[in-house]
Amino acid sequence: MSAVPVIAALPLNAPGFWRRAARHHSFVLGAVLTLLLVFTALLSFVWTPFSPYDVDMAAKMMPPDARHWLGTDAYGRDIVSLLLVGARASIAVGLIAVGIGLVIGTAFGLLAAAERGWVEEAIMRLADFGFAFPAILSAIMLTAVFGGGMVNAIIAIGIYNIPTFARITRASANAVWSREFILAARACGKGKLAITMEHVLPNILSVLIVQATIRFAIAILAEAALSYLGLGTQPPQPSWGRMLSEAQTLLFQSPMLAVYPGVAIALAVLGLNLLGDGLSDLFDPRLTRKR
Amino acid sequence: MSPLLEVRDLQVKLQTHRGAALAVRDASFTLERGQTLGLVGESGCGKSMTAMALMGLLPENAQIGGSIRFDGEELTAKSDGEMCEIRGNRIGMIFQEPMTALNPVHSIGHQVAEPLRLHRKLSASAARKEAIALLDRVGIPEAARRVDAYPHQFSGGQRQRITIAMALACGPDLLIADEPTTALDVTIQRQILELIGELVAERGMALLLISHDLGVIAQNVARMLVMYGGSVVESGPTPEVFAHRMHPYTLGLFAARPGLRSQKGQRLAMIPGTVPELVDLPAGCPFAGRCAFTIPECHVTVPPAIEVGADHHARCIRLDAVAAAKQLALTPALSQGEREQQP
Repeated sequence: MSAVPVIAALPLNAPGFWRRAARHHSFVLGAVLTLLLVFTALLSFVWTPFSPYDVDMAAKMMPPDARHWLGTDAYGRDIVSLLLVGARASIAVGLIAVGIGLVIGTAFGLLAAAERGWVEEAIMRLADFGFAFPAILSAIMLTAVFGGGMVNAIIAIGIYNIPTFARITRASANAVWSREFILAARACGKGKLAITMEHVLPNILSVLIVQATIRFAIAILAEAALSYLGLGTQPPQPSWGRMLSEAQTLLFQSPMLAVYPGVAIALAVLGLNLLGDGLSDLFDPRLTRKR
Repeated sequence: MSPLLEVRDLQVKLQTHRGAALAVRDASFTLERGQTLGLVGESGCGKSMTAMALMGLLPENAQIGGSIRFDGEELTAKSDGEMCEIRGNRIGMIFQEPMTALNPVHSIGHQVAEPLRLHRKLSASAARKEAIALLDRVGIPEAARRVDAYPHQFSGGQRQRITIAMALACGPDLLIADEPTTALDVTIQRQILELIGELVAERGMALLLISHDLGVIAQNVARMLVMYGGSVVESGPTPEVFAHRMHPYTLGLFAARPGLRSQKGQRLAMIPGTVPELVDLPAGCPFAGRCAFTIPECHVTVPPAIEVGADHHARCIRLDAVAAAKQLALTPALSQGEREQQP
């Protein structure tokens, strides 16, 4: 049915949920860091100190001062502006790649759990096949075949996410299918599709949300790695991974050029991981009852 | 007119990793419109499998044999899609565990309204109105206000009332209640059974009540079947079976009831041995291994149903010996001590 029962499935309006959330340190820290990441990317659309595309060879590799808060890179571009705009690439990659994995992977996982038998076997063996390749390797393979660039990097990371979500969905959905209210729903004459959408999906939603935040962090890392290898975001589009790879050659002259994007990636990933951990604690009904 | 439900030689075979298990073997019974039938037996005797076979909800490793005719239509030949039209619409079912039979994430009004929207194609508002009326009828106080509440906000007895409302939503011709009160305490049990009884009478439904509790069967159904090891061992009108129980297993079942007059410290009579594993069910009578009256012939073939009274049948070839033993007032002849005296 509509989104309403799906949202109702989350304990967001359960009594004390937000109070418990406010006391959960890693949830609060994760939420703050994640919001900071989103805010940075949004801010870059309306304001940056300088244009991240303006090359100013006279002012290259400047140390931090009042004009350039974190200094400039080898082409005289303002580091703060590059970091702000680079957050866009990270968020775009995270959102779209996780979106691809979540939608397609969850659909396959739900299908496997609903149909069982050979359909489940086939889907899960395909997922195993996907798992056999390390993330970066499969992304390199895809970008090598279809060319580099941000779009292909996103698709590559998204495809890598599909088997992960398919497996988690199937495992959680199988557990829901064995519960008695599913039998009761079948006794009411409901078909598999209706049961999947109205009974199974809402009950596994919190698992999927937690997984999505963690996958988001992994996608940001993967984008940085691909850009670092020159297979992701292409110049002149700034991205944290590309800033790292450009800083590499200058590591001995100005090591701080590598530190700034490195710290940005670390904080974004840390924030999303803490958020995911916090949510998985908060969504766990056993913890709700204990307190 | 054909009976509402006519089950002939129903067989349910489960493929387990230890081999094929006959969970139901050659069960036959009929149920007329508006009539009530009880199915009694201990755990694992095939009661629930029989109910699941009627609903077309057998597990995937199950094979079904024989015939189930519901209102003249053969159910065993129907596809899952066709069965979806019947389930919840013409046959309703109530489950054992009201605590888990409701989905925790949907409001109760939504869950009661669902079969109405599904089978009667009612609009959301019409289904909601109907759901409130149903909840009111099954005795949920302030139904109109509580229709949007979630299952965890109700007690076990109230939840069972809600599942009854769900099962009754579309006005089924047959209601299957699988141990509907086993998970409830005794006072609530009585209320729920009374409610089911009232609703069955009021709507002219047929009731198939499954229970391991002879008291529940005695008070709520007109006819009863005793199941053991997948077979129907005794059947007949409830008062007749209670008064003139003939099958050794039924006798044992009655002897094992705690009575109000039994003294403190007195041990309950029990049936020696355990329920046979369905995987390696012996040929012959399934009860032969535990029965005090067993003779070698018992192990050879499944006994035929023998008429022992008006519309009262028992599957036993030693009925004369049982009758003689009853004459000698040796009714608890199945207790451990008596059994050991047998050669």
